[in-house]
Amino acid sequence: MKRTLGIIGRKLGMTQLFQEDGSVVPVTLVEAGPCWVTQKKTTGKEGYEALQIGFLPKKEKRVNKPLTGHFKKAGTPPLAYLKEFRVESTEEYEVGQEINVGHLFKAGDVVDVTGISKGKGFAGVMKRHGFHGSPGSHGTHEYFRHGGSVGPATYPHHVFKGLKMPGQFGNARVTIQNVKVLEVREDQNLLLLQGGIPGHPKGWVLIRSATKSKKKESSESSS
Amino acid sequence: MNSLELIEREQLRTDLTPFKVGDTVRVHVKIIEGDKERIQPFEGVVIRKKAGGIRSSFTVRKISYGIGVERIFPMHSPRIDRIDVINRGKVRRAKLFYLRSLKGKAARIRGEKKKEN
Repeated sequence: MKRTLGIIGRKLGMTQLFQEDGSVVPVTLVEAGPCWVTQKKTTGKEGYEALQIGFLPKKEKRVNKPLTGHFKKAGTPPLAYLKEFRVESTEEYEVGQEINVGHLFKAGDVVDVTGISKGKGFAGVMKRHGFHGSPGSHGTHEYFRHGGSVGPATYPHHVFKGLKMPGQFGNARVTIQNVKVLEVREDQNLLLLQGGIPGHPKGWVLIRSATKSKKKESSESSS
Repeated sequence: MNSLELIEREQLRTDLTPFKVGDTVRVHVKIIEGDKERIQPFEGVVIRKKAGGIRSSFTVRKISYGIGVERIFPMHSPRIDRIDVINRGKVRRAKLFYLRSLKGKAARIRGEKKKEN
């Protein structure tokens, strides 16, 4: 797996695109970048190679003192989000450098999108794990959406670890793999991705080239 | 205006003839057969218009060999070649679903005189 730099973005919402043949494609709009490199982490100092990049300038007075110093050192505007990307080598990037979508992605690329999924609260097993519940009739009594037995009797005599039970659902870091890039609009810093991505509108997302896509490998070998 | 609306606005079609519910229209649809493309008209009464920006659609109802046929078109689909308005109907409702239970003379709509174009 080759580690490449990604970009931080903000989900704007979903819409649709008409194709030439009249079919409709669902599209998620992402405001991606511009991002700035705020720190380089190197093997010599931190023990690994990574780039810390920031996204979305915010007011200076909304930044606390330690972070103000951090941004000043990097020579970037104060930024709302700071995220780290592991890369093979930090040498080709400079601290303070601006990163735009156009440098990283083009239409037809396949990417992985990471975000914080919408919180669903404390959810039961049907919603959270897709259990089927119990029959609606035939003698079922107050047991329609339950998960059933959690641990049988004498053997095994305990509840297995990791058993699917009710609990907090959503509001977790989720990565969607192999999302197709339909269009890149460099001038507006927009990314049009096919289908849905995690999170609510205005939520942050990380976009990097797909780690598992076969398409990506072939395009890399040709270039 | 935000970027979402901008993307939708780009795709909106402004070249189509405006029409209303109750109008009799002929919708010319592009159809791909093998590698050839031809245009197929669908003529009938507009019984519903659904607003929603790029997701707008409309329903055309006609009686074909005694069977009622309704077809829903996305308003801004590139497959629509053009729309001819054949008759402007005068109706007092936004949705003409009551036409489904009527037939023959009862299912007529008052309107301007039929023009050939």
